Amino acid sequence: MAFTTRKTYRWQTTIVVVIFLFVLILCYWFLFIGQQAWLSTWVGAVGVAPDNVATYAKAVSWLVGIAVFLVSAYVLGKVPKWLQLLVTYLELLMLLVLFMTTFNIDMDFILRKLPFLITQGAFTTLYVTVVSIALAFCLALVTAIARRSSNGVAEGIATFYISLFRGLPLLLQIFILYLGLPQLGFVIKPIPVGIIALALCYGAYMSEVIRAGIQAVPLGQWEAALALGLQRRQVMRRIVLPQALKIIIPPVGNHFISMLKDSSLVSVVGVWELTYLSSTLGNRDFKNLEMLITAAGVYWVITITLEVVQRRIEHRFDSARTR
Amino acid sequence: MNHLEYAIDIRNLNKWFSGLHALKDINVQVAEKEKIVICGPSGSGKSTLIRCINGMEEHQEGTITVTGIELKDMQTLYQIRQNTGMVFQSFNLFPHMTALENCTLAPTLVRGMKRKQAEELAMEYISRVNIADQAHKYPAQLSGGQQQRVAIARALCMQPRIMLFDEPTSSLDPEMVKEVLDTMVKLAESGMTMICVTHEMGFAKQVGDRVLFMDNGSIVESGKPEQMFDNPRTDRLQLFLSQILHS
Repeated sequence: MAFTTRKTYRWQTTIVVVIFLFVLILCYWFLFIGQQAWLSTWVGAVGVAPDNVATYAKAVSWLVGIAVFLVSAYVLGKVPKWLQLLVTYLELLMLLVLFMTTFNIDMDFILRKLPFLITQGAFTTLYVTVVSIALAFCLALVTAIARRSSNGVAEGIATFYISLFRGLPLLLQIFILYLGLPQLGFVIKPIPVGIIALALCYGAYMSEVIRAGIQAVPLGQWEAALALGLQRRQVMRRIVLPQALKIIIPPVGNHFISMLKDSSLVSVVGVWELTYLSSTLGNRDFKNLEMLITAAGVYWVITITLEVVQRRIEHRFDSARTR
Repeated sequence: MNHLEYAIDIRNLNKWFSGLHALKDINVQVAEKEKIVICGPSGSGKSTLIRCINGMEEHQEGTITVTGIELKDMQTLYQIRQNTGMVFQSFNLFPHMTALENCTLAPTLVRGMKRKQAEELAMEYISRVNIADQAHKYPAQLSGGQQQRVAIARALCMQPRIMLFDEPTSSLDPEMVKEVLDTMVKLAESGMTMICVTHEMGFAKQVGDRVLFMDNGSIVESGKPEQMFDNPRTDRLQLFLSQILHS
C-alpha cells in the first residue's frame, strides 16, 4: 500500500466537492464581472479616494481571485483525478472567458457575422487543409521511400526537395508559387496555389516523420520477411508501412493541426478563408477584436474536434492489435 | 564434384565486415536430410555463416550453392530464399498480423497461392507445432515459446527444403526451451535438412549428424556430436566446453 498514491473516495466527498466548486465558480464570476458595481461601492465605502476606486477594486478582485484559486487547488487535492482534471479545465476556461469579457465585445455583431464566417471562412479553411494534408501525405510517403532508395537519382530528388521546402518560409513559398507559376505559363487560381504550396511544404516536413516511422520498425521485421522470399517492395507495403503508420499517427495529427492554422497564410493571395474573412469583416465596422476572437474560437473548436478524431484513430489501432 | 549431390555446398567462403575478417576460408558440404549443429563462442562467425547461406549477409569471396542454385544475383537470391526457411533468435513475428496471417503471408505473396488454400496449409503446420488453438491470436498475446513455434510454422509454410535456425532458443525462458526443441526434434525426424546454430548440447547429441565448432571465423573442429563433446581434439573446443558446462 505504501507504494501507491491512489486513494479510495466515498461518493459523498464528491458531492460535497462539486457543491463547493459551484460556489467557487460563483465567486470568480462576481469578482470579475461584478467588480465595477458592488466591489467599487464597497471599496469606496472604506474611504478610498474616488479617483483610485477603480484601481483598488481591480487589485482586490485579483487578490481574492488568486486566493480562491489557491483554496480550490487545495480542495482539489482531495478528490479523484478525473474530477481534478474536469474542474481545472472549467476554471481555466472560465478565466479565459472572463478575460475576453474585459474587452467589452459586441456579441450581437459577432452573432450576425458568425454564420458567414463559418460557411465561407471555416469551410474554405477546412477544405484547403484537408486537401493539402492528403496531398502532402502522399508526397511525404513517396519522398520518404525515395530517400531510402538504392537509386541515387531518387534519393537526390528527395533530399533536394526536402532541403528546399523546409528551408524557405511558407509565406515566401506561397508568394513565389503564385507569382512564379504564371511565368511558366500556368495561370492558377488562388485556392489551388495555396493548396500546392501547403502540400509541398508539409510534404517535406512529413516525409521526415514517415522516414522516422519506417526506421522505427525493427530490422528483424525486414529480415524475417526477406528470408521468406518477399521482395523489398512487398516487405515495405505489407510489413513495414503498416507498423510505421501506427507509430506516426501522433506526429501526423500534429502536422494536420498545425496546417489548419498555417492555412491562414494563403490569405495573402486572396483566398477567403477564416483569418482573411475575419480581418476584412472586422475592418469594415472597426470591430477587429470581435472578429479576431471569433476566428480564434472557431480555429480552437476545429482543433479540438481534430484532437478527438486523432485519439479515436490511435485507440482503434491500439485495440485492434493488442501490443 | 557435382554440386547437385549436396543440399548446401560452401566453398572457400570469405567475408569481411569493413576490415574485420569474419569468415575465413569456410568449406562446408551438407548432404540432403543431414542435420548440422554449429556452436562456438560469441563473435566466432557462426551466425554470419548461417546468414550467408540465404543471403541475409553478402559474402565477398567463394561460392555458396544451395539446392543446386549458386547464389550470385538477385534472381538466384530469391530462388534460394524460397527454398530455405529461417528461424531467428528474436522470433521476428509480424506484430500486426495474427499467427495464421503470419503463416499465410508468404505462400500467398510469393507462391501466389489462393487465400483459402494457404490457410489450410498454414493450419496444418500450425497444428504440427501444437498451437492450433492460438492460430487467431496476435504475437503479443503469445508466450515466447509459442511465438517461436509460430515462427517455425511460418517458415515451414513455404515448404522449404532446408531449414536454418539461428540460436532459436537463446532468448527464451528456460521452461519454454523444451517445447521449441521438441518441435525441432520432430522436424528433424521428418527428414528435413537442418542447420542449427545452438548451444543446446542435448539437442545436438539427439539429432545432430555433425557438429561444427567455430572460433574466430574458422571451423576449428568438426565431427560426430558424441566424439566432439566427449573427446574434443583441440584445446580451443576443450576450453569452450568447460566454459559452457561450468557456468
